[in-house]
Amino acid sequence: MDTREKDIENLKDYKYGFTTDIENIKAPKGLNENVIKFISNIKKEPKWMLDFRLKAFERFKLLKEPDWQKPKYPKIDYQDLYYYSAPKSMKDKPESLDELDPKLLETYNKLGIPLQEQARLNGIAVDAVFDSVSVATTFKGELTKHGIIFCSMSEAIQKHPDLVKKYLGTVIPTTDHFFATLNSAVFTDGSFVYIPEGVKCPMELSTYFRINASETGQFERTLIIADKGSYVSYLEGCTAPMRDENQLHAANVELIALDDAEIKYSTVQNWYPGDENGKGGIYNFVTKRGLCKGKNSKISWTQVETGSAITWKYPSCILKGDNSIGEFYSIAITNNHQKADTGTKMIHLGKNTKSKIISKGISAGFSDMTYRGLVDINSKAKNSSNYTQCDSLLMGNKCGAHTVPYIKNKNFDSNVAHEATTSKISEEQLHYCQQRGLNPEEAVGLIVNGFCKEVLQQLPMEFAVEAQKLVGISLEGSVG
Amino acid sequence: MNEQLQLDFDKIIKTLKISEKEIQLKKSFLKKFINNGFPNRKQEDWKFLDISQIIKKNIGDLSFFNDYSLPNEIDQSIFVSGLEHNKIIFINGRIEKIDFNYEDQNQIEINDEIGKIITFDYENSLIDLNNAFTNKTFKILIKKNYSLKKPLIIYHSTNDKIKSKNVNLSLDFELEENSSLRLIDYFSDNADKNFVNILYNFNLKKYSILKNYKLDKFRNNNLKYSFNNIEQEDNSISETFILSAGSDYFKNEVNCNLNGEYSSAFINGIFSLKENQQHEIRSTINHLVENTKSYQLIKSVLGKNSKSAYQGRIFVNSKAQKTDGYQLSKAILLDETSEFNAKPELEIYADDVKCSHGSASGSLNENSIFYLMSRGLSYKQSKELLINGFLLDVVEKITDPEIKNLIKNIIGLKE
Repeated sequence: MDTREKDIENLKDYKYGFTTDIENIKAPKGLNENVIKFISNIKKEPKWMLDFRLKAFERFKLLKEPDWQKPKYPKIDYQDLYYYSAPKSMKDKPESLDELDPKLLETYNKLGIPLQEQARLNGIAVDAVFDSVSVATTFKGELTKHGIIFCSMSEAIQKHPDLVKKYLGTVIPTTDHFFATLNSAVFTDGSFVYIPEGVKCPMELSTYFRINASETGQFERTLIIADKGSYVSYLEGCTAPMRDENQLHAANVELIALDDAEIKYSTVQNWYPGDENGKGGIYNFVTKRGLCKGKNSKISWTQVETGSAITWKYPSCILKGDNSIGEFYSIAITNNHQKADTGTKMIHLGKNTKSKIISKGISAGFSDMTYRGLVDINSKAKNSSNYTQCDSLLMGNKCGAHTVPYIKNKNFDSNVAHEATTSKISEEQLHYCQQRGLNPEEAVGLIVNGFCKEVLQQLPMEFAVEAQKLVGISLEGSVG
Repeated sequence: MNEQLQLDFDKIIKTLKISEKEIQLKKSFLKKFINNGFPNRKQEDWKFLDISQIIKKNIGDLSFFNDYSLPNEIDQSIFVSGLEHNKIIFINGRIEKIDFNYEDQNQIEINDEIGKIITFDYENSLIDLNNAFTNKTFKILIKKNYSLKKPLIIYHSTNDKIKSKNVNLSLDFELEENSSLRLIDYFSDNADKNFVNILYNFNLKKYSILKNYKLDKFRNNNLKYSFNNIEQEDNSISETFILSAGSDYFKNEVNCNLNGEYSSAFINGIFSLKENQQHEIRSTINHLVENTKSYQLIKSVLGKNSKSAYQGRIFVNSKAQKTDGYQLSKAILLDETSEFNAKPELEIYADDVKCSHGSASGSLNENSIFYLMSRGLSYKQSKELLINGFLLDVVEKITDPEIKNLIKNIIGLKE
């Protein structure tokens, strides 16, 4: 068996679909002020944090769930969810990994994310989030040397309240849309990163999200601040157990880049996509937004979306600082009954701002994929430019591929160019590969990888290899 | 507004001699319109230009009753010269004349269908408004194997007798097998601040050809909305050309259903806008069966304070393999205050298709201007030359040489 076949054998069934049998503390079911107070209390939050949550909740009560998206889903009963679930052993956060519940360690080992000192991934600091809490953060000492703060959100609220207070909610305010506001009210944990002035982060920072408990929504909140002249590359990975029910994941991610700073944010999303009949799976309704606040700053989003029953997210850049740059590279793959409505928003406010969007969508089986994006050039954004390219690949005539770009150009000095194509894998290409001795599946794998190459090469090395495999495997069974 | 609507509606019903059933039908459309009102930016299709706000700002209160008992004088000077043509003349929305003198009268049937209502499946309150208030719908039938010898020009003119009025008119065309029609909509206005709502329905049978040219060239302060629905059978061709330049507001919608194999649809458009004009083209091409083709090219030149929007949608049904769909929109922004919006949309459910779209917007290329000026042209001349070349591209897509020349003359484009 060659490696590819082995991979397929391994992943034919979603290999991350196991559950960890662990004792949990949960908030009472339902959504109300008491639950929010419960979450805030258990996390020993200061009053300003509780006020932030309650303000968001007040606003949330006035909002209606949006319904303009392409993938429709049965109504979610927000009162029938648990908004907080944490392993009991995490009630008092262990000081070191030695005190961590061995079951948790085992879970992350199984996921291929070893947290122990000796087996750590080389050069990557990991923050592991299990249901509602962050269980461990590695390489802390090394990072502290550089003055970098990399910890869980809860810890940041305790230890760095000034920074959190100053930046939290500045990109995604408590008055935002339905899911973002819900997150502001009930968010549980997530990662916090602060890169001080002039520091180039020496290693990749990474968060690994794991949903374990059932009937639980995961609402994490990530805040990354890159101070003047700093650089950070951040990775995010996600998995969840296989269940027949649909689970909600509504995270908020805020990025802030000050003068001359650069943030590179990469996601490999592999939540449980549901079975081949479309039963179960994660609803991935995430709000990700980056603010290029300072001049010459840069934010780059890279995403490989292969999991989730429904993916509905638009990682966006607000290009406020002059000469700032926003980039978005995306591969979204849907198979079986998966649905995705994803894309980006590039909002040009500052002068000489540039943005680039490369989106590759692949749909197979009975799935449905939509690219939806906005390029908005404000009248003050002189001499800005945008280039958008979104290509879709269809496999079979039971699936759909849609492109819905919105282009608003209010500045005559600016250039906006948009291109999109939709096609299938050409017979000639297949023929050529097969003539060279590849079997049809290998040929498709090769062509699809080539189709995605522009995006894959944006990923950090370790992720790129994994993503490349994932691309091939997600399409398993769709050829022929 | 609702009281005014009801009042004007009752007046119209009194003047129309139609059956009780038809009255009830009209009433149901009025009710629907009153419930929904004019479309606004909350509706996806009206996101870029909000007609409800534009009416409020440009006109204020509209009245919906027009007295069609007396004929209007036809002003011969508006007629297009240099091209022999058949005529239908609307003045203030009243049909004054239908003249097919150049044609074989046995091959064309014109039916005056009072109370006839054209219904579609789409939710569109302006169509409801049209159906409730339009007083006459003519059905024009071109018989099998007949091609009109001369083009038909429909004159849409207004005189100074109307102001702040809503004018609704509708026409229904049927092109039988292997027939063809060249149709020009020609707008000329003497009135100010009215809202004109036009509804056309075309049924294209096998092998028929429709060419529709909409020419809104002369500057006026009216608001216009036009909806074309085109149903196409096997091997039929439709070509739509839109010159959007004259009115304060003009939204052209074209909905094209390619129901038959080897049918094709072409939509080409020019926006040439100045001070305070806001124009939009929204097209929907539905590829419903195998082997169909569509092509769209839209270009905008936008002056001070003007705004154009293009919403183009290509829909490909899962049955519609071998579809070829293409869409391109380009815009030149001439001033800091001009604005271009686009939403080129693809919705595809079949895998063996070739669909692509592109959109580009920006300012005039400084290098090109420099090149022309270094050859002795003035800045103004260079700019004009570049803009003309940019727009000429679209005019060149017109397949009828006679009409292509006419349109070049009207626009003042020289090769």
